[in-house]
Amino acid sequence: MANFGDHLRELGALDRLASMDSAIHRLDPRAKVLVTLFYILLVASFGRYEVSGLLPFALFPVIQGTLGEVPWGLVGKRVLMVLPFALVLGILNPFLDHSTVLIGSWSLSAGWLSFVSILLRFALCVGASVILIATTSMDGVCMALERLGLPRVFTIQIALLYRYVFVLLEETLRITRAREMRANGRPLVLAEYGSLAGSLFLRTWERARRVHIAMLSRGFEGEFHGARPPVFRLKDGVYLLGWGAVLILLRLVNLPHLLESLLKGVAS
Amino acid sequence: MHMADALLSPAVGATMWALSAATLGRSATQVRRTMDEGRLPFMGVLGAFVFAIQMLNFAIPGTGSSGHLAGTLFLALLLGPHAAFLTVSSVLVVQALFFADGGLLALGCNIFNIGFFPAFVAYPFIVRPLLAGNPGQGRRAFGILLGAVLGLQFGAFGVVLETVISGRTALPFKAFLYAMQPIHLAIGLVEGLATLALVGFLARTRPELLETQPRSRSAWKGALVVAVMALVAGGCLSWFASQRPDGLEWALAKVGQHEAEAPVESLHGRFAQAQAQTALMPDYAFKSGGESRGATSLAGVGGGVLTLLIVGGVGIALRPRRKMA
Repeated sequence: MANFGDHLRELGALDRLASMDSAIHRLDPRAKVLVTLFYILLVASFGRYEVSGLLPFALFPVIQGTLGEVPWGLVGKRVLMVLPFALVLGILNPFLDHSTVLIGSWSLSAGWLSFVSILLRFALCVGASVILIATTSMDGVCMALERLGLPRVFTIQIALLYRYVFVLLEETLRITRAREMRANGRPLVLAEYGSLAGSLFLRTWERARRVHIAMLSRGFEGEFHGARPPVFRLKDGVYLLGWGAVLILLRLVNLPHLLESLLKGVAS
Repeated sequence: MHMADALLSPAVGATMWALSAATLGRSATQVRRTMDEGRLPFMGVLGAFVFAIQMLNFAIPGTGSSGHLAGTLFLALLLGPHAAFLTVSSVLVVQALFFADGGLLALGCNIFNIGFFPAFVAYPFIVRPLLAGNPGQGRRAFGILLGAVLGLQFGAFGVVLETVISGRTALPFKAFLYAMQPIHLAIGLVEGLATLALVGFLARTRPELLETQPRSRSAWKGALVVAVMALVAGGCLSWFASQRPDGLEWALAKVGQHEAEAPVESLHGRFAQAQAQTALMPDYAFKSGGESRGATSLAGVGGGVLTLLIVGGVGIALRPRRKMA
């Protein structure tokens, strides 16, 4: 249960980062969400054995993260945390896929190639999403999702969940800490889990009721009224179209191949 | 288990996004109709509860490992399928964004695998009928365990299908299936036991919260609508969008015979040709297809290193200069 506090701290770290101010933070959330989705879609569109074509795609998270002043340690930690999953699913490829590919005079197992490809995809997709959330507030993301067509009931649900997640994680942390101090190292068994989770639930239910009444008494009718409705400005459009064009270009032109032939041309 | 972006093809990801978005839209309409919008804070706080409870692990006796609740079935018991689906989806969105659990493209798959099956299949068809009336302890335990196990079996099957059709791993369909289903049988039992423990506690302390949801036919009608949409959308999207038609064929070949390699290759070759003539991005299919697959896709090491150097250089050049003075 040691990771409980870690999770809480990391949520808090991302939340603080999202409320900072930089060129990337100031962009319209819609533009950022769309570009990131498009980016992930393009990364996923590469074939199973693609490695070289994926490399230039590191450009997007690198630029985004640098301009958005996202600490690289945080991104790296996130990527490392999901890495075991990628390893488990990808590591079988070299053993299942025995075909070989020839690169010049080398022969390489296609399985290893697809394994490396999976790891790269993981790093790129995870990096891009972490950077998105580190440069965009949760309310911004919800607004973007709503404008992109998701039902309002759902986006309000996400926004509300996010508001209460810190409170509830802290409450859970307190409950588990209290149990651990009395349990003297004894693991939490199912019978106790029922009453532990149950009392957490009852507290949550009571809290939800209080929140509900409080919101009703302030005139809540199923809608948030933002302080300033976001405007999609020219620079947001430029950002969206610019990245769209660059990403499509990177998808169509294999940059490493191009550079390789350039290198060869210079050498000969 | 969460699906991940890295294992998905765009066609599968987009199909599942469309399905999940449609189900979300339907659920949102239902929730708006049956629950006044002022009650939304209730669902929001419960979503946060599910988020927290997923991190609360309990020991599984005799194994040394631990498990936790996923919570869809519990929410369905409490709020009904539509609100439960919305709530679990919101949890998955936050997890995808903050913990990179799964990822954004895989979100559609995850919402469907983890939310749809327990809320719209296991709950209305198994749990609700079995728990109807005034169930005794035995019937309640049986219904919840069965519902949890089946919900997770469907979800695991979804993961297997999505992974194999995407064709990013070399996992053969059968082997992956045989690995996933038993694992999720165990996970389903754990989920069922945890749900039961929680429900049992509530039945003792606050039985009025657990009054079974009013029976409505909308849930299974919704499931039917979505199933039909799944077929249509899946068919259309994979026809138009799949740049790797060999994903499915390759899976089918694995299920059948390993020797079916050659015809598949040539069939794929034909697909690739047809695709190249019609596709917007002609090199899409060529890059990954055919016998020469790896040969074209792996550039010389020099080009790759140079690319990374350029990317790194851009990063360093763009680094914001902190005010020195």
